Amino acid sequence: MTDASINASTVSAQPCADEASFGDYFALLKPRVMSLVVFTALVGLLAAPVPVHPFVGFCAILFIAIGGGASGALNMWWDADIDRIMKRTRRRSIPSGKVDAGEALAIGLTLSGLSVIMLGLATNWLAGAFLAFTIFFYVVVYTMWLKRLTPQNIVIGGAAGAFPPVIGWVAATGSMTLEPWLMFALTFMWTPPHFWALALFMRSDYDDAGVPMLTVTHGRRATRWHILVYTGLLALLAVGTAFSGIGGPIYLTVAIVMNALFLRGAWQIARRTEDDSEADNFKAERAFFKLSLLYLFLHFGAILLEALIKPFGLGGWS
Amino acid sequence: MSLRKSHELHQRRFSRNLGVGLTLAAFIVIIFGLTIVKVSGTSLGLPTQEVQN
Repeated sequence: MTDASINASTVSAQPCADEASFGDYFALLKPRVMSLVVFTALVGLLAAPVPVHPFVGFCAILFIAIGGGASGALNMWWDADIDRIMKRTRRRSIPSGKVDAGEALAIGLTLSGLSVIMLGLATNWLAGAFLAFTIFFYVVVYTMWLKRLTPQNIVIGGAAGAFPPVIGWVAATGSMTLEPWLMFALTFMWTPPHFWALALFMRSDYDDAGVPMLTVTHGRRATRWHILVYTGLLALLAVGTAFSGIGGPIYLTVAIVMNALFLRGAWQIARRTEDDSEADNFKAERAFFKLSLLYLFLHFGAILLEALIKPFGLGGWS
Repeated sequence: MSLRKSHELHQRRFSRNLGVGLTLAAFIVIIFGLTIVKVSGTSLGLPTQEVQN
């Protein structure tokens, strides 16, 4: 997009089907991932025991979301080569040829700087620093360094996705306590079983791209058992969180029900053979993946509900 | 040759230009709103301990 491109003498009169629309640039920010970031950051912000002005709170969530989106754009810039190979990602803006990789880099860097500065100005610089670290962690540590190096890539990448509730909490309080780290741990421990289930039924994608997914390096049987082990650890953490400052009877009920269902799903996956999965087109794995989305939503929803009813003398254990 | 308003390029890039324009307008509103909130020093008047229990 240079000045030359808008010179009338060089512009084709024919409509260009491949020309990027605003939506193609917006898609660089991974809106679906952004929705998770918005929700968990909002829960972190509202669960914090410090009132935030609604407009400042809105801006904090917006800039956290933009920061998350910026890291998504930088991820797409770096991973354009493997996105072209994988079925799931080949329609993204860069592999489809609608947006140049350089444009994605420029948008990612600009929005990263903007979001960090604006979050710092709107709330506090500790929150800004946490957002900057999250972007750095996702782009440099996960995307550039470890994603193509270790089968534990998903575990490490999960840490980046787990930061938003911590940033939301810090944006409200300006300080750090145990509770936001429990929310961090919940998302962190949830990510591996969530993605490994996806890797089981999107089998050829990661293999073809040469990304060292656990399914490729350690085999699919080992992946099934990894899902069960991580789900067990997650259940302990999720139920234990009920007895912290962000928990309460509502959260405990949700945690018990959802973790029982999640453990049941993980156990089914662990017991199945590849033939079983092939026979029903990975029905159990797909169901587990869908359940994982509901799992995280309901846990954070329960934390939010406990926080919202606290001012009325309800919620929590007191 | 200068661009006329009705040039095909304008139609082709209308959604992109509109999106950028609205984004910039929203950014101005946010900066203005944040300035008002910060200058007026509104903290909702709620003491922290009240909310904590």
